[in-house]
Amino acid sequence: MGLWITKFMRDIGPMIYIGGLKDLQGIDESAEALTLGAGVTYTRARQVMVKRYPQLGEFWDRIGGEQVRNAGTVGGNIANGSPIGDSPPPLIALGASVTLRKGSARRVVRLEDYFIAYGKQDRQPGEFVESVSIPTLPAGEQFACYKISKRKDEDISSLCGAFRVKVEDGRVVAAAIAFGGMAATPKRAKAVEAALVGGAWSLATVEAAIPAFATDYQPLTDMRASAEYRLLAAQNLLRRFFLETTGAGQRLKREVA
Amino acid sequence: MNKQTPITAYRSALHVSTPHDSAAKQVAGRADYVDDLAEPEGMLHAYLGLSTRAHAEISSIDLDAVRSAPGVVGVLTAADIPAVNDISSVHKHDEPVLVEGVVSYYGQPIFAVIAESRDAARRAAKLVKIVYKDLPHLTDVDAAQAAGGKLVTEPLKLERGDVDAGFAKSTRRAKGRVRIGGQEHFYLESQIALAIPGEDDEVTIQTSTQHPTEIQVMVAQVMGIPHAAVTVNMRRMGGGFGGKETQGNLFAAVAAVAAKKYGKAVKIRPDRDDDFSITGKRHDFVVDYDVGYDADGKIQAVTATYAARAGFSADLSGPVTDRALFHADNAYWYPAVRVNSQPLMTNTVSNTAFRGFGGPQGIVAAERWIEDIAYALGKDPLEIRKLNFYGTDTDNVTPYHQTVEDNVIHRIIDDLEKSSDYQARRAAILTFNATSPILKKGIAMIPVKFGISFTATWHNQAGALVHVYRDGSIHLSHGGTEMGQGLHIKVAQVLADAFGVGVERVKITASNTGKVPNTSATAASSGTDLNGMAAWDGARQIKERLIAHAAAKYKLPVEQVSWQESGVLAGETFIGFDEIVMSAYMARVQLSAAGFYATPKIHWDRSTGRGRPFYYFAYGAAVSEVTIDTLTGEYQIDRADVLEDVGRSLNPAIDIGQVEGGFIQGVGWLTTEELWWDQKGELRTHAPSTYKIPVASDVPPIFNVKLAEWSVNKEPAIGRSKAVGEPPLVLGYSVVEALSMAVASVADYKIAPQLDMPATPERVLMGVERMRKSSP
Repeated sequence: MGLWITKFMRDIGPMIYIGGLKDLQGIDESAEALTLGAGVTYTRARQVMVKRYPQLGEFWDRIGGEQVRNAGTVGGNIANGSPIGDSPPPLIALGASVTLRKGSARRVVRLEDYFIAYGKQDRQPGEFVESVSIPTLPAGEQFACYKISKRKDEDISSLCGAFRVKVEDGRVVAAAIAFGGMAATPKRAKAVEAALVGGAWSLATVEAAIPAFATDYQPLTDMRASAEYRLLAAQNLLRRFFLETTGAGQRLKREVA
Repeated sequence: MNKQTPITAYRSALHVSTPHDSAAKQVAGRADYVDDLAEPEGMLHAYLGLSTRAHAEISSIDLDAVRSAPGVVGVLTAADIPAVNDISSVHKHDEPVLVEGVVSYYGQPIFAVIAESRDAARRAAKLVKIVYKDLPHLTDVDAAQAAGGKLVTEPLKLERGDVDAGFAKSTRRAKGRVRIGGQEHFYLESQIALAIPGEDDEVTIQTSTQHPTEIQVMVAQVMGIPHAAVTVNMRRMGGGFGGKETQGNLFAAVAAVAAKKYGKAVKIRPDRDDDFSITGKRHDFVVDYDVGYDADGKIQAVTATYAARAGFSADLSGPVTDRALFHADNAYWYPAVRVNSQPLMTNTVSNTAFRGFGGPQGIVAAERWIEDIAYALGKDPLEIRKLNFYGTDTDNVTPYHQTVEDNVIHRIIDDLEKSSDYQARRAAILTFNATSPILKKGIAMIPVKFGISFTATWHNQAGALVHVYRDGSIHLSHGGTEMGQGLHIKVAQVLADAFGVGVERVKITASNTGKVPNTSATAASSGTDLNGMAAWDGARQIKERLIAHAAAKYKLPVEQVSWQESGVLAGETFIGFDEIVMSAYMARVQLSAAGFYATPKIHWDRSTGRGRPFYYFAYGAAVSEVTIDTLTGEYQIDRADVLEDVGRSLNPAIDIGQVEGGFIQGVGWLTTEELWWDQKGELRTHAPSTYKIPVASDVPPIFNVKLAEWSVNKEPAIGRSKAVGEPPLVLGYSVVEALSMAVASVADYKIAPQLDMPATPERVLMGVERMRKSSP
């Protein structure tokens, strides 16, 4: 919204600042789920998110810059419906839902269903995002999330992918993969998921599923990355996820001066 | 960060680390920039209306809604320009202040709204209705070449030796094409000008410029008034990097025209996105090369064409592409060479000066063919470099027929090779890559030889105005401008040293065309060389008068009076500085002087491609180590070591700061800073959201920057120091070549990856893919 005012000179009419509303600041932890009020900043959410989903620690620190994480909220990142927001892919993969509220009426929608099309969300006039609820990752399930950007820190993702698989007796019984930056909305890779489910959790299954990315996504070429790069990098992230679940992963280890 | 020499305040302090005069003020927010100055009563604001086409005729323009918007005082178009609607810095009459008839790039200013507030002017500018008739547009080098290659200015050819014979002697050839991206200056303080109308034809301009005289000349030209009617005042810039050498002309001209038309002060400050769209950038180059060499990797002949996206007008594209050719050799001896420039007209913003001024692009191309040769022969590129370095007594003539008389590259390379532990680290990396499946490492060492002087010989002059007041305080004004680089403190040190007093006695004042006229741009790394010498000359004149005064007063021959620390010694009598100054005043001795300097020895004949364009060369080298992720192309710099030759440093802390900043800016240019135009010819990376300069965490975790403390300039430059502004920038290329080695490891170093620049994660991953596909 900052850009609406500073760049597009838009007259936004009466504006209500909701950052101070205590009712939107809640962080509720239960055995089943973590619920973040829409006013919870990335910085406040970090501790509890990383405790429950340690896979998100490194990722969380690459969302925006420190100032942005201190002011920006997970709820806002969802509500604005950007196709390149960083929090939707991992939250979709984890099966999160949002609570929408209008007056005293509330309804709950799955986060992946909330994003309908570019610039269009399942939010009625007068409704606002009240909270987001993220189910606990069942023990034994594999989960990871990766961000790729031109510059390591303080950059908007070229693409951002989250992966989750449930493997029983060596076979994939469930998979959830979601990407940002690959379509007009944050979107699941259903064809890839289908290609994985039922197969052995092996490099052969992964390689067999790789072509399905092109079914799920037809990304754009823009100033951040080309379509070819986005598709190839997304495919490679699945390879990375597989290697990491088998202990053969390698990642850049960030060090700063 | 590397360990630096502790900063200490010294008296009479040349060759000593001395804090930047504005450092504390800048950190505390007390250093004033133009937008911080108290605004004159009734000041108006200007805002520019920009083209939304890359190339089009303006069929009609409807400004009614703009004029009737709240707060609007008036609108300026080309018709309001009093005299000449042109600000071409090279006087080619190809750069209008405001467009007449045809727009030549997306973002070109068409009109200016004058309003009571900046917000009102900016909102009103959006209300214009323009009907365009589109014309075909050329966005990049490829399109411009395909359309016949129209040039914005005369190209240059440099030739030495028998190229055909050189190729005949060559058993191998390296042929290729390298693309080197452009770069936005991203000065933190955007362009700004404040014009204050004076009596008669007079106008005063407060602006952020590297070139106050250029602002003066252009405002006078546009207004049709003498230079003497225009005074430009410039205390400091929040960064320039070449982006404020000519690119401030437009803003100053618009503010001046409006100020004189409405009789009020007028300020203009574009929004960052508009600044990006309106102003020129570093030229991107496409270099096609053909290099002949022998089985050892010794180069026999080089031919290359340096095509650059110049943009819609000449601006400085001629001298920028010339300087690319002047650095086609970097530090290497070419027995035979022929290189040509191609400054191509495109429908984009007119590219301009940027730290290095085409030199870095020339050097990058040279390093690219060195790399090609090394991969073709299966050798470490450093071996090929050493084999081809200029000699000290033979094999030392450049493609422009200047003899390299001060070659120290061998010692620089030897020192850095040892201090960085290059050989052992390279061996360790080769071992690491052999067993690491996803992460790969690379290391590279790059030399730099950089020519110092403006290649336009007449620019190599400077003036300074030195006053000594009755209380012994010293007022310094010189022709250079402060953009954060530490020029003022260095010149103050020169003056303090000359007078034998502490630097705290020297009051640094704004650059002002009324005090020092006919100045050159603070550019070409020359600020300290030129202005330091001019200030020294001013001090010399005053000192001679004070010595003569002391001799007369004590009835001694002049030879028996000498200048000492803090005063003069007349025979056996020591007279303190304050006392001799007051005494001289009472005796009616002039305590003010205009110093002047013109660089000796240099000359250049562009038509024959022969001369001595450079007074001397500055040298340096860097080693960078990187790790890449072969799944995503992402990478990190693990370590960088830099050794820079600045002669006898006037101020080591300032110089190390310049080397560190230059290196990082060079890394940004060649890795993450990507200018991206869409099909319509609109630059889409025009804000920090899309254009990625390095941030603090991009500084390598190990970053060792040292000055070659043994170095002394062979030429009698100020304090035997050397220039430092530009040479370190291109050392950032060491990161690209290290990335290249990491990529090459995928195909067992058998193929040169030939990464184009900027080497973004995407280009690195695509390089890895090429290696995978060509790997047996």
